[in-house]
Amino acid sequence: MRFVFKTDYDADIRWFKHGPQFFWYMLALGLLLVLPLYFVWIGNAYLLGEITAVIIFTIVGMGLMLLTGQTGLASLGHAAFMAIGCYANILLLNAGVPWLIAFPLSGLIAGIAGTIIALPVLRLHGVYLALATLAMSILTGDFIVLFDDYTGGVAGIAVPDISIFGYTINKYANPYAFFYVVVAVMLIVLAAYRNILRAPSGRAFAAIRDSEISAKAMGVNLTKTKATSFFLSCVAAGWAGALFGHSATYVTHETFDVIMSITLLLMIVIGGLGFIHGAFFGAVVVGILPVAIANMRSWASAAFDVNLTIPGLESLIFALIVMGFILLEPMGLYGRWLKIRTYFELFPFYRKDMFRRQKSYQKTERVQ
Amino acid sequence: MTLLKIENATMRFGGVVAVDNVSLHVDQGEVFALVGPNGAGKSTVFNLISRFYTPTEGAITLEGEDLLAHPAHDIAKLGIARTFQNIELFENATVLQNLLVGRHRHKRTNLLSEMTFLGNARSEEKRHRQAVEEVIDFLDLQAYRDKLIAGLPYGVRKVVELGRALATEPRLLLLDEPASGLSVEETQDMAFWIEDIQKQMGITVLMVEHDMGLVSAVSDRVMALSDGKELATGTSREVQSHPAVIEAYLGTSGIQKGGDTGKKKKGKAA
Repeated sequence: MRFVFKTDYDADIRWFKHGPQFFWYMLALGLLLVLPLYFVWIGNAYLLGEITAVIIFTIVGMGLMLLTGQTGLASLGHAAFMAIGCYANILLLNAGVPWLIAFPLSGLIAGIAGTIIALPVLRLHGVYLALATLAMSILTGDFIVLFDDYTGGVAGIAVPDISIFGYTINKYANPYAFFYVVVAVMLIVLAAYRNILRAPSGRAFAAIRDSEISAKAMGVNLTKTKATSFFLSCVAAGWAGALFGHSATYVTHETFDVIMSITLLLMIVIGGLGFIHGAFFGAVVVGILPVAIANMRSWASAAFDVNLTIPGLESLIFALIVMGFILLEPMGLYGRWLKIRTYFELFPFYRKDMFRRQKSYQKTERVQ
Repeated sequence: MTLLKIENATMRFGGVVAVDNVSLHVDQGEVFALVGPNGAGKSTVFNLISRFYTPTEGAITLEGEDLLAHPAHDIAKLGIARTFQNIELFENATVLQNLLVGRHRHKRTNLLSEMTFLGNARSEEKRHRQAVEEVIDFLDLQAYRDKLIAGLPYGVRKVVELGRALATEPRLLLLDEPASGLSVEETQDMAFWIEDIQKQMGITVLMVEHDMGLVSAVSDRVMALSDGKELATGTSREVQSHPAVIEAYLGTSGIQKGGDTGKKKKGKAA
């Protein structure tokens, strides 16, 4: 058991609560930053590409976590906002805007578009809000086809390379540089997210999630705060979308589909709703699991000499794992980790019901 | 000096008249209690002041400022804080975070400074924290500072909710049944706190309460409501012995003597 002796208010405001925590996070960051060296050494960057994709998902995951985990507003439309960011980025780049300006703008455009789209539906709660945002998600593909003069529609559109002061970054030509660009964006979003949480706005988000009526009584402007949460969430989604475009190098009307929206929501639930860590854990599961399942299948086919090329098998296993999580561990992967950590910290005093609480998510979801 | 003034407020929900032409004024620095049987419209009056409802008719002013011209989230900024009958705390946050939400009306940071934590964000956080720490001291919540609400006993939650309202530094404090569900000792503590809030902090208190013991102990004036109508206003003793009040609680028959009905009523109302 660790006791942190606090001597000033800064102790509660700081990012890291104690030295060892700082050490572990810095170690994780350090490992992430030197990771490409390993792939340079083995001379095969395929897996680095997968890891880059996972980090892109953590960016949109953090955005969605802020909206759903922190503010309690479920969105099944985040692929739509990724699409807005992606196409905004492409159009700006094609118009000759430098990447360093086009990329931040793409997030901003997604944020503003998201807020405008979201304003009419922000009065809705829980399932109703989820359905309204799902509708956005379904419409995205049609809109992309409708505006095919700009978006390329069904034929798709090529995503220009990133160019920073004349230095061109292409995912295939220079996977290592692309990795660092993605990590940089992730760190910016992470820092902003963490800062928001320790400021009045972050607490206002949580207040809305837990009790709208008393948030209102404390002077929280519900519409404005929800719109702010939506805006920030969509900015992150827009950036992730733009990076996703760079990563895919070619996008069509089918790139950002409903399945992607659903996967995003699943991702943060698996990771642990309401925790920043949840966005990371969830992205790892969603990003790595399908690859792992595919690899295991080819391994099992060879080892047991059976034909396992059954269509849909991967999706089935993926779905079963996800269902298992939601049924058995509602707090997600991060919640499970917290439980394990607390078990060892308090050993032998851990009680089974220590983390039992009222289900906040369902509470906000109730029909009001 | 009159702080809060309600003039001829009527609130209809379809055919139901929850508040029927009620007028009251709360003076600066007093403790004013609303009593009455369940369904009398006491909480509706609170919700009218909080602007959760807009009265069908009537006017509500705070020091001459028309409350009806403000949306619900402005009410806290005008200096009115409230608690709820069924505790409405932020369950998945710590006591400290709950109290800090109470500081929302004093927020001076903008989104950009909050995201970067540059500018005034850090100093503002400390300022809020200091104010909250005073509330924690006042209500003896030190032991629960970093505890999640979800794991706290009922009595403590009640105090935290009071603390959150105090953290807003209100001029007028609305307490909706501050003693409901509390033990005798906890009710006594609550009475002391209400007294201190009035005398030391100079905050005007308007409360709804069924526990007549608490009402008589702390309130300067009491108004009895029944079926949305005002029955009587005056000191606790006057109201308790008022024939209309006794009738509302005990019915028309079966009252023999006026003298000890106040006691009977107390038992019934608690």
